[in-house]
Amino acid sequence: MIAYEKLKLARQNGRPTGSAYLDELFTNRLDLCGDRRYGEDAAIIGGIGYLGDMPVTYIAIDKGTDLDSRLKKNFGCPKPEGYRKALRLMKQAEKFNRPVICFVDTLGAYPGAEAEERGQGQAIAENIMEMMGLKTPVISVVIGEGGSGGALALCASDRVYMLENAVYSVITPEGCATILWKDAKRVADAAECLHITAEDMVEYHVAERVIPEDFTHFKRMCADLKKVLLSDLAVITQNSISGMLENRYERFRRIGIYEEAAGKYGNP
Amino acid sequence: MFLFKKTDPGVRELLKTAKDGVVVCGHCKEEIDRKELIRNYYICPKCQKYLRIPARDRITLIADRDSFSEMAANVTSVDFLKFPGYEEKLNKARMSTGEKEAVVCGVCKIDGISVAIFAMDPRFIMASMGSAVGEKITRIFEHATRYHLPVIGFTASGGARMQEGIVSLMQMAKVSGAVKRHSNGGNLYVTVLTDPTTGGVTASFAMQGDILLAEPKALIGFAGRRVVEQTTKSTLPDNFQSAEFLLEHGFIDQIIPREDLRDTIVNILKLHSRKGETL
Ligand SMILES: [Zn+2]
Repeated sequence: MIAYEKLKLARQNGRPTGSAYLDELFTNRLDLCGDRRYGEDAAIIGGIGYLGDMPVTYIAIDKGTDLDSRLKKNFGCPKPEGYRKALRLMKQAEKFNRPVICFVDTLGAYPGAEAEERGQGQAIAENIMEMMGLKTPVISVVIGEGGSGGALALCASDRVYMLENAVYSVITPEGCATILWKDAKRVADAAECLHITAEDMVEYHVAERVIPEDFTHFKRMCADLKKVLLSDLAVITQNSISGMLENRYERFRRIGIYEEAAGKYGNP
Repeated sequence: MFLFKKTDPGVRELLKTAKDGVVVCGHCKEEIDRKELIRNYYICPKCQKYLRIPARDRITLIADRDSFSEMAANVTSVDFLKFPGYEEKLNKARMSTGEKEAVVCGVCKIDGISVAIFAMDPRFIMASMGSAVGEKITRIFEHATRYHLPVIGFTASGGARMQEGIVSLMQMAKVSGAVKRHSNGGNLYVTVLTDPTTGGVTASFAMQGDILLAEPKALIGFAGRRVVEQTTKSTLPDNFQSAEFLLEHGFIDQIIPREDLRDTIVNILKLHSRKGETL
């Protein structure tokens, strides 16, 4: 039941949320609000700050730390305006040649009626497509839950890191259990079937790095994460923009397990 | 009432090979003569509801006669996670549809214009997207980019195929990358959203077209209706996530009845043909 144990840890109260990483990693922070289309979504914090001595754009899904902030942030389930704000900031980062660092922690995109009315699917689709062509480096760190399309909307990146106990899944294990066994309580079985752990992500080429967790020494952990981010950014930026985009394309292009054999299942 | 236009070559083609017999309409439960249904573009003559069209018939309905050439035909899914029930689901879908996967891709001509085309088949595990579907659609976009072809895509899907875990989610990014390259090349992509287009397919290539058309009353959305109802804690209007709802909210360009679809797409293709190309 490793997957289920990790799922519980990824969702555990008291686990550092997105804003804790922003506080530790970036200096001279300037938070930027709004999507310039409809509104501001508190579930996603975005802005500019220094990572070491390099200005970067940060985008973090934040679940909140107490009931008030959690309600305000929809428990970290972004709405379309959150994704559109993220895209606005990524395009701005591209203009000013700033790398983008995303922190992902969500059960999934907010599935409310107003989110559907404002085009949740369209917002995610646009983010993914634009990220695939964004002419600046993007690194995404899954710090807790990587919930389906709502996480992928910030993960079409050059590198993805998984925290040691973070999970990343195509569907919530609850949703999967409901569909498979009509029993949302079989979460543990579903989590196992879906292969959601950091090690699974490395195995399927979805993530490049697993970041060790040490929340009792959070400052030190973030200092190490900063070093890794800076060294990977240095590697990515050694390449030309077109080379970087080619690598990003190939990063996803090679993911997929299928067979190709003529006549194996002939038409009737 | 027959909608069939004498000029429409696809219906004639389908009628040639159609077996005699009746089918039962899933909506009104009435028996309908199969050939009558085809002459009516799979719209139930009794209750006027749009029935779902098999992928291959979709292509036959819109392509010029004998112009379709299939690509990536032998790409098939593998149960690499040993996911409960997946192998059986795949076998059942293959047997009942005669298809190897949930999407049919290739190149064809429409009114003489060369296009790349894909059609998803909702009979095949609700046309969910796993590695094989993602690979096939990616290849068709790569081919279309290389040869400067427009892409016409008929979407229908329950979303990402959970039986392939995270690998199925990644297909959304893989296809989106190929759509982006196709778009950067100045090429046209038209999506026709058909019933039902949901989940990860809505949240990727279904919504990435330059022009988005939809069929009347088609269900189009991201989250499932039941989940939305639980989240919103209220009952939703009947037209929630319908094509008409999306049009009203500004997310699609037009709703096109089936009998007008081919003419509409021909017009779009002509309006986008490049200088020096013959129409
Ligand atoms: Zn009927």
